[in-house]
Amino acid sequence: MAEQVLAADGRPLKTSLNRALRRQKLRALMLIAPLLLFILLSFVMPIADMLFRSVENQIVGETLPRTVVELKDWDATSGTEPDAAVFEALARDLSIAVEEKSHTRLGSRLNYELTGISSLFRKTGRSVDEVGEAAQDALEALSPAWEERSAFGGLLGTARWTADLDAWDGEGTAPAFEARPEMAAALPETTRLYTSFANMVGAEGDNPLTEKQWPIVSHVFAQEIVTAETPDGLDAFGQAVFSDVKAAMAATTLDDPKAIFIDVDEDWGSTDVWRTIQTYSPAYTDGYFLNSIDRLKGADGSEARPENEQVYVTLFIRTMIMSFTITVSCIVLGYPIAWLLANLPARKANLLMILVLLPFWTSLLVRTSAWKVLLQQQGVINDILVWIGLVADDNRLQLINNQTGTIIAMTHILLPFMILPLYSVMKTIPPTYLRAAKSLGATNWTAFWRVYFPQSIPGIGAGSILAFILSIGYYITPEIVGGTKGVFISNRIAYHISTSLNWGLAAALGAILLAIVMLFYYAYDKIVGIDNVKLGG
Amino acid sequence: MTATASDGAFVAFERVQKSYDGENLVVKDLNLSMPKGEFLTMLGPSGSGKTTCLMMLAGFETATHGDILLDGVSINNIPPHKRGIGMVFQNYALFPHMTVAENLSFPLEVRKMGKSDREAKVMRALDMVQMGDFAGRRPAQLSGGQQQRIALARALVFEPELVLMDEPLGALDKQLRETLQFEITNLAHSLGITTVYVTHDQTEALTMSDRVAVFDDGRIQQLAPPDELYEKPENSFVAQFIGENNTLEGVITEIRGNTCIVKLDNGDIIDAVPVNVSSVGERTKVSIRPERVEFNRERLHEDAHTLKAEVLEFIYMGDIFRTRLRVAGRDDFVVKTRNAPDQERLKPGQTIEIGWLAEDCRALDA
Repeated sequence: MAEQVLAADGRPLKTSLNRALRRQKLRALMLIAPLLLFILLSFVMPIADMLFRSVENQIVGETLPRTVVELKDWDATSGTEPDAAVFEALARDLSIAVEEKSHTRLGSRLNYELTGISSLFRKTGRSVDEVGEAAQDALEALSPAWEERSAFGGLLGTARWTADLDAWDGEGTAPAFEARPEMAAALPETTRLYTSFANMVGAEGDNPLTEKQWPIVSHVFAQEIVTAETPDGLDAFGQAVFSDVKAAMAATTLDDPKAIFIDVDEDWGSTDVWRTIQTYSPAYTDGYFLNSIDRLKGADGSEARPENEQVYVTLFIRTMIMSFTITVSCIVLGYPIAWLLANLPARKANLLMILVLLPFWTSLLVRTSAWKVLLQQQGVINDILVWIGLVADDNRLQLINNQTGTIIAMTHILLPFMILPLYSVMKTIPPTYLRAAKSLGATNWTAFWRVYFPQSIPGIGAGSILAFILSIGYYITPEIVGGTKGVFISNRIAYHISTSLNWGLAAALGAILLAIVMLFYYAYDKIVGIDNVKLGG
Repeated sequence: MTATASDGAFVAFERVQKSYDGENLVVKDLNLSMPKGEFLTMLGPSGSGKTTCLMMLAGFETATHGDILLDGVSINNIPPHKRGIGMVFQNYALFPHMTVAENLSFPLEVRKMGKSDREAKVMRALDMVQMGDFAGRRPAQLSGGQQQRIALARALVFEPELVLMDEPLGALDKQLRETLQFEITNLAHSLGITTVYVTHDQTEALTMSDRVAVFDDGRIQQLAPPDELYEKPENSFVAQFIGENNTLEGVITEIRGNTCIVKLDNGDIIDAVPVNVSSVGERTKVSIRPERVEFNRERLHEDAHTLKAEVLEFIYMGDIFRTRLRVAGRDDFVVKTRNAPDQERLKPGQTIEIGWLAEDCRALDA
């Protein structure tokens, strides 16, 4: 083993060196800390959040916890709707969801997968309190004590909770519900539902003992009491409940949620709605991604969407092809300009450089709108073509609101991104190379093609990566000049972000776009080598 | 020189002028002819027009006026790639994206030579510059000297009869430069190629060339073999530019055939050879090389004129002693003496008497 080198003070040299460098490193880190923080907050975290949204699907399981469990064993291919237990669970989940108003959000979410679910949920939400009316009526017929709004609270809640509520001054939130343990054991589901009720009412600043409880509580209570064991140490009311009420409820016909729901909307009787709920019950789903590639989650595995619903694959392919076309146009148009920039005398080159940069200093919207003026059928370019007789007046070219328009405008906008890296690379190629090639007997063309061009490839690479990646995600220009045929996938993403509010799908589309860009980058690195990309020097 | 004088010359410039801006002439009336196989160096300070001349010969610049002839044919309108002139550039200009072998193969490929011929020629050229083992390397993996050898091999591989070199050794260190100077001249002479070499380094010019053309102000000031250039400068620019030189200013008082007498500004009288002075009373700059100054009275001609000199500084340089003197009111008069056992070492403050042979002292233009 090598002998450890010691510093003058006897400490190992490595330790001393690290100590000496630590301060420097810390200072360097402090300098970049604001940027690091900014990037973390504004770039890394949003992207991570969006990527997470593309698979996140907790809303179904959170809103319909009981239904999801009950629905697990239902066979979607059976052709029949689920049994009563599932409807029972749905009635309980929906009762809570309606009060939380979360059933509409769930409806919107599931509506992405099956059109119509949103209105189905809203409609059902309005009728969900029908479940429990029969039980409530039976209870009230049994004893007027059940008409008291505090009946369930007194039965299920502890004495301390009722005392707390009595002492509560009505300000802020009511004391949290405290269930009697023996009741929670005997009537678990009733207790859970009443807890939800009491806490929700309390959170709104109302006293649960003076509010009418949800009908579903009575409904579930009527079901549970029939089979419940009688707990010890009940008061008179409690004992009556567990003897008289128990007997009475056993004889009562309770509401059938299945009948009620199917009556509200016959869609509850179809398998489509239930299959959709079942398919999207896990907390994470690949549904958004399947949607992004024009597939859907069928009864068994994924299947292609109907042809009239297929949009995204076409859009992805169109985005790729058009970005590629734009990149190639940028190379073809930008290369000679970059060459001029690199070889003209400084004064003229500066003037030309200003012309190249001018578009950068103009608003993107202004430039794109200018293209609208130029490219219209009654626009400047068509007018000129008609005037010089290249195009007949009744046959003017369609240059805008299609792919041509997008390609022209985007090429113009992305041209500086091609010219600048090309220029900075060409600037470093000494003119003596061309002279040397000519002195060795090469014609101008051979000298250019064999000697100059290969050395400018790093610039083409850098420019192409920039132009391609920028255009693949471009949004404003295609939106304005692209019409329907010339829009990109990013326009679709924007639509889902701002109009349809289907963020999950937007996130999945964005994730696929990101993956494609990275794939291109990887392929480029493998083929050309990323070290060969030069933005300057 | 006239057109007739350049008949039979391999390379000839005839009354060539060049202007970039239409106002100033960079090259003024250049006439030059070179026989086949000559190694000619264009030497001059920067901006003297020497590189422009080379570029005109290579075809990268066009002459504003006059003719450039190659083997008796005017090449003014022949593009560079058809001139068949090999060229070595200052920064080598090796194509960085090609290997050494590909670089050498390039001129052969554009001449549509077959693959086996190409490989044979490339290897021969590489062996010629002792770089046979480097065929697969890229230029960036080579040292400056190695790159220069490859550039040389590339300029020679297609067997041009004329090779141009534009300060090819400028970027190398002294020792490497000396080795390569020797190699280049050997190669040029053994292959019998005509070479035009541009440099601003006079040592390089003197050691390598058959003839040196000293450029200044767009003109050739003197075109002569190195020894003649050094010993018999024809004007004061050449005398100043080539080697170290002591200059004294004065007026011609007497011309007697091959010698003349010059009265210096402080009244001292010296002997000189009249070179480009013609009449008594003309002002002149007298040039005398430091190693030709003698302070041992016994070695001088009996009736030679001598000057009083005060030793200002004595510098020991190993092989020689360099002594700075005050002569005729000037502080920059230098004498160089060989470090021989009997050589006297002068002391600062000492007053001596100096003189020279009249033929070593040239009276030039003022």
